[in-house]
Amino acid sequence: MNDNRQNYLSAGDTVGSWLLTNDHKRIGILFLCAILFFFVIAAVAAALMRLELLTPQGDLVLSETYNKLFTMHGVLMVWFFLIPSIPNVLGNFLVPLMIGARDLAFPRLNLLSWYLFMIGGFFAIHAIAIGGVDTGWTFYTPYSTAYSNTHVIEMALGIFIAGFGSILTGLNFIITIQKMRAPGLTWFRLPLFIWSIYATSIILVLATPVLAITLALMILERVWGLGIFDPKIGGDPILFQHLFWFYSHPAVYIMILPGLGVISEIIPCFARKKIFGYKFIAFSSVSIALIGFLVWGHHMFVSSQSLYAGMVFSFLSFLVAIPSAIKVFNWTMTLYRGSISLEAPMLYALGFIGLFVVGGLTGLFLASLAVDVHVHGTYFVVAHFHYIMVGGMVTAFMGGLHFWWPKITGRKYPEKLAQLAAIILFIGFNLTFFPQFVLGYLGMPRRVHDYAPEFQIYNVLSTAGASILAIAYLLPLIYLAWSIRHGKIAGPNPWRATGLEWQTASPPPTENFPATPVVVADAYEYPPLDDHGEPT
Amino acid sequence: MTEKNSIVAEQFVDAAQQNEATALGLWTFIATEILFFGGLFLAYAIYRHFYYHEFDLASRRTDLFFGTLNSVILLTSSLTMVLAVQAAKRDQAKMVVRFLSLTIFLGASFLVVKAFEYHKDIADQLVPGEKFNAALPPAAQLFFWLYWAMTGLHAIHILIGMGLLSVMFFLTRRGRISAPHFAPLELTGLYWHFVDIVWLFLYPLLYLVNRHA
Amino acid sequence: MNFPIFPAAASTTAVATDRLYFFLLAFSACIIALIFVPLIFFLFKYRRGKVTSRDEPHLPTMKIEIAWTVIPVFLVTGMFAWAAEIFFEEEVPPANALEINVVGKQWMWKLQHSEGNREINELHVPVNRAVKLTLASEDVIHSFFIPAFRIKQDVVPGRFTTEWFQPTRLGVYRFYCSEYCGADHSKMAGNVFVLSPPAYAAWLAHDSPHETLARAGENLFRELGCSGCHVGSAAIHAPSLSGLYGKLVPLSDGTFVRADDKYLRDSILQPAAQIVAGYQPLMPTYTGHISEEELLHLIAYIKSIGQDATAQNP
Repeated sequence: MNDNRQNYLSAGDTVGSWLLTNDHKRIGILFLCAILFFFVIAAVAAALMRLELLTPQGDLVLSETYNKLFTMHGVLMVWFFLIPSIPNVLGNFLVPLMIGARDLAFPRLNLLSWYLFMIGGFFAIHAIAIGGVDTGWTFYTPYSTAYSNTHVIEMALGIFIAGFGSILTGLNFIITIQKMRAPGLTWFRLPLFIWSIYATSIILVLATPVLAITLALMILERVWGLGIFDPKIGGDPILFQHLFWFYSHPAVYIMILPGLGVISEIIPCFARKKIFGYKFIAFSSVSIALIGFLVWGHHMFVSSQSLYAGMVFSFLSFLVAIPSAIKVFNWTMTLYRGSISLEAPMLYALGFIGLFVVGGLTGLFLASLAVDVHVHGTYFVVAHFHYIMVGGMVTAFMGGLHFWWPKITGRKYPEKLAQLAAIILFIGFNLTFFPQFVLGYLGMPRRVHDYAPEFQIYNVLSTAGASILAIAYLLPLIYLAWSIRHGKIAGPNPWRATGLEWQTASPPPTENFPATPVVVADAYEYPPLDDHGEPT
Repeated sequence: MTEKNSIVAEQFVDAAQQNEATALGLWTFIATEILFFGGLFLAYAIYRHFYYHEFDLASRRTDLFFGTLNSVILLTSSLTMVLAVQAAKRDQAKMVVRFLSLTIFLGASFLVVKAFEYHKDIADQLVPGEKFNAALPPAAQLFFWLYWAMTGLHAIHILIGMGLLSVMFFLTRRGRISAPHFAPLELTGLYWHFVDIVWLFLYPLLYLVNRHA
Repeated sequence: MNFPIFPAAASTTAVATDRLYFFLLAFSACIIALIFVPLIFFLFKYRRGKVTSRDEPHLPTMKIEIAWTVIPVFLVTGMFAWAAEIFFEEEVPPANALEINVVGKQWMWKLQHSEGNREINELHVPVNRAVKLTLASEDVIHSFFIPAFRIKQDVVPGRFTTEWFQPTRLGVYRFYCSEYCGADHSKMAGNVFVLSPPAYAAWLAHDSPHETLARAGENLFRELGCSGCHVGSAAIHAPSLSGLYGKLVPLSDGTFVRADDKYLRDSILQPAAQIVAGYQPLMPTYTGHISEEELLHLIAYIKSIGQDATAQNP
C-alpha cells in the first residue's frame, strides 16, 4: 500500500474480516467479485450463442440448449450483473465518500444485501447447473407456468431473493443521501452521481417489490397447476406481462441512470470545467425515474393491449427520451472552452456518448407504434437494448472503474493499454450490434437459432464483432488485476478532480475521513483556465 | 422530545440523525410492502371488474364469523402494541413485557383462527383445482386463488411480525429497551400496525363485499 | 454473395411504415451530426495544451436548456402522431376484408379459409384485397409476423386477436412466429403466397370440395346441443342467434355489448359472465370441451345465420 497508515484494505486480512465486514468499501469489493463471476458465465453463454448463429442451421447446440442459453444470458446479465453493477460496486464505495459520511445509514443491512444477492445467485446458478431454464428472462405465461419443463421455480426464487437485496440497497442509499450529508452539502451541491444514485434508488424501492410479487404469483401458479394467468379459469396471460413490465421497464432505468451519473462525473474532470446545466442534469435523472414508471406498455404494443393504451404509452415513451437527450447536450456543452485530455475514463465516456446516442435514437423507432409493430420481437430490439446496456451501461461501468480505480486500490492502471482497450471496445461493439439493426428490420425474429439464409452475412459480422468485444473486456480484466500489486502508487487525487472522495487518502481509511468535512463550494468548481488549458 | 435512542451507531453523527434515519428507513420499507401487496390488490380489482358475477357468488362463501373475529383480534393486538410502546416511554419494562406477550398471543390467536378457517374452506371445496366446488362457476376460482394467496401472504407477514415481537420481548427482558432507548420497539410497532392495516383492506374485499342481499 | 439490406415492401402498410422509418433514419442522422460534429470539434479545439481562448463562456444557460427541451418535445409529438396514425389504420381491419382463421400451436400454424380450404404453415391470398386474420392459440402465446407486410400480432390463448393486411405485390413472403414459444420456436415459420385473383380462385377450387367453415359450424351446433336451447320453440330458455352477429345485446346488468367474435367466444366459454337481459344463467360452459378451431367454426356459423333478417338494432 502507499503509506504506513491503515486503510480499509489493510484493516484486517482474514476471510472473516471480509465476509463479516460492515465497511461499505469492502462490501463494494465483494459485489465487484460477485458480479464479475456472473458476468463471465453470462458472457460464455453469449459466446456460444454467437457461435451457433454463424450458420443458418441450428447445428451447434440443440434447440432446447439454445433456449436455455439465451435465458441464462438474460437472467444473469440483467439481475446478477447490470442491476447491481454500478449501484452496488461504485455506489456502495462512493456514496458515503462523496457526501462526507462515515458509512451508509445501515451498514449491516448493506452486508445483508450482499448475502441475499449471493444466496439468490446460488439458486440461479444451481438451477442452471441442474439443467437450466428455457423461458427467456421474461418468463411469459402460460409458457413459464404450464408448459416449460425446466427449473423455472428455482431460478425465479433466486431472482426473488436477490431482489430483496436490491430493495435494501435502494433503501440504504435513499436514507443515507437524505440524512447523512456533510455540513454545507445541500442538494444542489451534490455530485451528479449522487443524484443519479438517488433516482435509481427510488426505482429500486418502488419497482422491485412488484417484480417480487409477480415472480411469487408465477411460482405459485406453477406449483398449484392453475392460477390467475390461466385462461382455463378465466385468467389473463397479459396480466402477467403488465405486472412484469411494470417492474422491468423501470428496471432498465435502474441499469442506465447510474451510468449516466458516472459520465457526469468523468466529463467535468477530463474537461477541467464545471458541468454545463447542473440543475437540468439533476432534474433529468429524477424525471427519467418518474416518467419511467409510466411507459411499460411499450413492450406490449402487439400483445392485444388496447389501441388507446398503446397510444398513451407511445407518447410517454417519446417523452422519456427527452431528459436523456438533455444530458447528452449538456455533456457536449461542457467541453466548450474546456481543457480536454483523453485518458481511459474519458475515452470510455466519449464512447458511451456515441453508443448511447445511437441506442437512444433507436428507442424513438421503437416508441413509434407503426414501426414497433414491425420490429418488435426482432433483432432490432436486441440491438437497441444492447446499445444502451452494453454500449452504454457497461462502458460507463468500465469508465467509472478506471476513474475511481486509484481511489479504490491506491494504484494506477497502465494508461496506454487502457486507452487501447477503450478503443477496441468501441469498434468491436459497433461491429457486433449494428448489423443487428439491419437484421431486425429485415425480419429476423429474436430467440431463434435456426434462421433464413439471407440473414447469415449480418450474423457473421456480428459474431466477428463479438470476438473483438471479448478482447476489449479481457484486457481490462488482466491489467486491472495486475495493477493491484504492480500498478504505480496513486496519491489522493491523481486526476486533480473535485469531489469529497478525492480529499481523502487512496485507498481511504476505514472511517473515510479523519474529520467530518465541511462543504463550502458547489460541485465541479474547477479553477479558470489559461489559453493552454491549465489552471490560471 | 423523548430521547428514544441513546445508543448511537458509529456511522451516525448523533442520536437525532440516527432516529431520523431509522424512522425514514422503516417508512420506506413500508412503501415497498405496499407495492408488494399492491400487485395482488391490482389483480383482485381487475378480475372483480371482469367477472363481477362470479366474484359476487364467490364472495358469499368466505366465512364472515372467522374473518370478523380475526379483525377484532388484530385490531386489539394493535392496541396492545401501542400500549407496549407507551409503557416503554414511561420506562415500565414489566408492562412492556406484558403488553408484548399479549400482542404475541393475539397474533398467535389470529393464526389459530386462520387455521380453523382454512380447514373449513378446504372442507367446503373452496380450493381452486379439480375438487373445486361445482356449484360455483369456473371463474370463481380466480377469487379463491387470490383469497388463498392474499391471506397466505398476510399470514406470513404476521409470522414475521411475531418473530420481531419475540426479539423485542427478549431485548426488553434483558434491559435493552427503556425510556432512553425504545426506537427498535417503536419501529417494530410500526411494522405490526402496517400488517394490521393490510388486513383492514383484505377484510372488506374478501368478506364484506356482496354480503348484502 | 447476394444479401438484402432491406425487406420487400409488399403491402399498403409496408409502404406507409417504410416512409416513417426512412424519416426516422434521416432524423437520427441529423441528431447524430448535431451532437458528434460539435463534440469532435471541441475535442480537437480544446485539447489540453492547444492554445486557444478558454475564457469562461457566459452563455444564456436557461434559454439554451429550455430550447433544447421544448423543441424536442414538439419533434417527438410529431413523430408520435405520424406513427399513431399508421398504427390506428393498421390495427382496425376494413369492413369487407377476406376472412381467414389462423390457429397457432407449438410449433406450427394451421390456417383455414371461410370456403373451408385448410393450410399448414402456408397462406394463399389474392393481391390487392384486404385480408383479415382471426388468430387463436391452442397453448402458449405465439406471434404471427409477416416482415414483407410490416405487420405482427401476438396470438394469445384464451382470446381471439386480429390482424389485417392488403398485399400489393405478387410473390412469396416469409412469415415467422415472433414470440418465443418453446423448443421449436425457430422453426415455426412459413410462406405467404400472394396470387392474382384468378390464380387465387383456382387455388381455392383445386382441392376436393370442402366443408365451409359455416357448414362445419352448423354441424357442431347440432352435435354440441346448442340447437336444443337456441332454436325453435326451445328459444324461451335461450336467446335466438339468428341475425345476432354485430348487433347490440342488452345485458342483465343494464349495459349493452356488441355481439362480436369476442362476445361469442366468451358466451360459449364463460356463459355466466354476461347474461342477456330477461334470461336466466342456465347455459353450461364449454371450456375444455371445444377446441380453438371448433370455436372458430361455430362463430363462422353464427355469423352466417339470419344475415338476410331485417336489422332491428344498429
